[in-house]
Amino acid sequence: MWIYLLRRLMQMAAVLMVVSLIVFFVMSFTGDPVLMVVPPNATDLEIEEARRSLGLDKPLWIQYFVFVKNLTQGDMGRSYIFKQPVSKLVTERMPATFEMVGCAVLFALLVAVPAGVYAAARPNSFLSRAIMGGSLFGISLPSFWVGILLIYFFAVELGLLPSSGRGGTRLLFGVPWSFLTWDGLRHLVLPSVTLALGTLAVLLRLIRAQMREVLRQDFVKFARAKGVSSRQLLFSHALKNALIPVVTFFGLQVGNMIAFATVTETIFAWPGMGKLLVDSINASDRPVIVAYLMIVSAIFVGINFIIDVVYTFIDPRIDLR
Amino acid sequence: MKALNEFLRSEFFFHFRREKIAVAGSVIVVFFILTALFGPLLVPQNPYNLQSLELKNAYKPPAWLEGGEAAFLLGSDEQGRDMLSGIVYGTRISLFLGVGVMAASCLVGTLVGLYAGYAGGRADTLLMRIVDVQLSFPAMLVALFIMSAFGRGLEKLFIALTLVGWVQYARTVRGAVLAERGKEYIDASRLIGLSPFLVVTRHVLPNVTTSLIVIATIHVGNVILTEATLSYLGVGVPVTEPSLGLLVKNGYDVLFSGIWWISVLPGCFIMILVFGINLLGDFLRDELNPKLK
Amino acid sequence: MGNALLEIEGLKTQFHLFAGTVKALDGIDLTLKEREILGLVGESGGGKSVAAYSILRLIDPPGEIASGRVLFEGADLLEKSEAEMRRIRGKDISMIFQDPLTALNPLHTIHDQIDEMLRLHTSLGARERLEKILSLLREVGISNPEDRLRAYPHQFSGGMLQRVVIAIALAARPKLIIADEPTTALDVTVQAQILRLMEGVVKNHGAALILITHDLAVVSGLTERVAVMYCGRIVEEGPTDLVIHSPLHPYTKGLLNSIPRMGKKSGRLPQISGMVPNLLELPDGCAFAARCPDASEKCLRAAPPMRPAGPGRKTACHLHAGGEAER
Repeated sequence: MWIYLLRRLMQMAAVLMVVSLIVFFVMSFTGDPVLMVVPPNATDLEIEEARRSLGLDKPLWIQYFVFVKNLTQGDMGRSYIFKQPVSKLVTERMPATFEMVGCAVLFALLVAVPAGVYAAARPNSFLSRAIMGGSLFGISLPSFWVGILLIYFFAVELGLLPSSGRGGTRLLFGVPWSFLTWDGLRHLVLPSVTLALGTLAVLLRLIRAQMREVLRQDFVKFARAKGVSSRQLLFSHALKNALIPVVTFFGLQVGNMIAFATVTETIFAWPGMGKLLVDSINASDRPVIVAYLMIVSAIFVGINFIIDVVYTFIDPRIDLR
Repeated sequence: MKALNEFLRSEFFFHFRREKIAVAGSVIVVFFILTALFGPLLVPQNPYNLQSLELKNAYKPPAWLEGGEAAFLLGSDEQGRDMLSGIVYGTRISLFLGVGVMAASCLVGTLVGLYAGYAGGRADTLLMRIVDVQLSFPAMLVALFIMSAFGRGLEKLFIALTLVGWVQYARTVRGAVLAERGKEYIDASRLIGLSPFLVVTRHVLPNVTTSLIVIATIHVGNVILTEATLSYLGVGVPVTEPSLGLLVKNGYDVLFSGIWWISVLPGCFIMILVFGINLLGDFLRDELNPKLK
Repeated sequence: MGNALLEIEGLKTQFHLFAGTVKALDGIDLTLKEREILGLVGESGGGKSVAAYSILRLIDPPGEIASGRVLFEGADLLEKSEAEMRRIRGKDISMIFQDPLTALNPLHTIHDQIDEMLRLHTSLGARERLEKILSLLREVGISNPEDRLRAYPHQFSGGMLQRVVIAIALAARPKLIIADEPTTALDVTVQAQILRLMEGVVKNHGAALILITHDLAVVSGLTERVAVMYCGRIVEEGPTDLVIHSPLHPYTKGLLNSIPRMGKKSGRLPQISGMVPNLLELPDGCAFAARCPDASEKCLRAAPPMRPAGPGRKTACHLHAGGEAER
């Protein structure tokens, strides 16, 4: 067990190492960042001075080692635009993103699981066909466009829900959260729904497919021969078996949602780290981009790890060794 | 001719005709392909030719609304550009990019998968580690990262999307090679002096074709969506070659003043196109995957 | 022997497929007395399992039970509601499946899977149920059952698992147990043990047993009567030793000839020539005619009905149309 955990941790570190390499070297091809920090009328001398102070005059591989060394100490440099430490910039905006992703995950699960189970249990009913057609539609929608439509209907035409920002927040553990105020909740609705739709559709289809697969198996028939009712059959026997492969996929989907939060946050002007990324890309604020990518990679690797561990708990057939 | 006849009498075609959904999907896809190929010949404007634009035509609503003109069937944008023409040219970019990226990914992925599965050992381990790690990161984010580093451009988009797209093909093909590798006829072919790599290739490829067709179909839809998203974020196609996604972005600013068609209509076209592709992909998966029958 | 427990009359089950309708059961009649052990024998694809599932009404679309009656203790199961059937499944009629590894839920413990049966069909309290589970496990020959309760199916061997499945089948004290190829998936060495165990517990509990198998050898030591199925019909039925020692139907003869025998030195093992016909295109006449060494023109024309052929025996063959036939 401990050996397994240790090995997994080392794997995670290795993956992050590779990611840092790729991110660092790819980003270093993106033009001269010195021009970002000096005033437009700077002299050559001033530019050289700035280059030295940023450590950009050294060979690339030394820059990389400095970067990694600082990274291990939690220092990811300063933003060219905000003139602040980027780790602070990103972590400050993290709760907003997590809050939105969390709401979206919840929404997706609450709809996808019952709908997927139903569509598997009654594959030929009208409602099932509607669910499956709707979900296929759902995976065909560009999420940014859905956001725009929602804004147009609910904010512009009907005026029911706000279209941008976080609204009122309240502190919990020293962090501001929107879901603790009514105004904040209203602001959360449209972004979360927009973000959830794609995942909801994919998750629903996967759950249905897994359920169909499980319902064909012998032990389901044996359970029926025992006199188990169809409801118990679905929820006590089939669902748990069907969800095991879904768990892995679910981890990927959460990662995907964090990635797509960049889009949703941009549409709804949601002050999260995804919007920060897009703004920074458009402003060529390299340290912020690098910091975002490193932090988000660490989050993905962490999610994968948690999923692996959860897996071993829900599936008795897997023995950690 | 005989092959066509056989196809028309096959069970596959029988199911195809019975499944109205599959028919609808292919009608949509064929319509968009024709639009992309021949649409530019039929539409009133070349939206890239700035001389043909007149600012007095700006913000015309679609023809069926009050103030609309027949010349601007789907309305016009802030530069007086005809939306229908813009959408047709945008479809062309989106669809060509989707098919191109799919073809390139499929080629690269298949070659890598064949090699990894055949060579085994360290090469295989290394390649599959790359695939695993890449699959654990969302494709959208990887593409966003590459595009943010290299800047806008069709060819850059093509490379970025191919870089994230090849992995699924590689994994599928490698799996099929491994399943086939251990079989006796491979050893037998070695004995009679055939190149085992060629033998594996010749036997594996027909086995995975159906899986690849399904993956490829759905992949085209995904590429189109990812491209649209990247363009929406401002890191996709250049402003001079607007794809459907960029058209949506261009209309976003005026959405709040009630000018909805610039944003909404191109989005509709993305949605219908991708929906058609997914309908077809869904049908193909059900039909070609013997496990589900 | 007591009264009739199960009477099947003209049972027809069909599957509607793309290529046409498969008559998996084409009108079978079968009677089972209380505490009787009956063997149901035939090649795979002959409809034995479909018969078992039809009795319990576990036929799923595209399959359907087209007609017939299944009288259990005098009441027709085909007329019962689904809720009534649920109370009968497991409680009055329980099943043992072919492969215990796939029949048990991989994510539930052994305890939970036996307990489920008790919770569904008895009103016992938690402590009584635990006692009962332990005694059931002991009865099927699992030593130290206390240590095994929390185990999952994958931690058992195939033979052990089949014992657990038998314990589940016995749990609610059913009157009839249907065992569908209960030893086919097991190692040869444990097959005999499991069969002996089944015989013992069934007699102990006073239940009747339908033993479905493709293996006549399995039937010979265990059952009192045997019914031979071919292409969805019963072609011969009678006391087991009579059927085995003097088979009437050519198909039964063929089955018997293809069993290797100890001490009998033979070259090639004879086999039934030809193939099982396509169930979609069953001939008008006897389904076995094309493979039958003694087929006459009449056999191709009309299907023979089941006729009495000697004491307690019946067969569906034109060769035995005139009552007792020559050997």
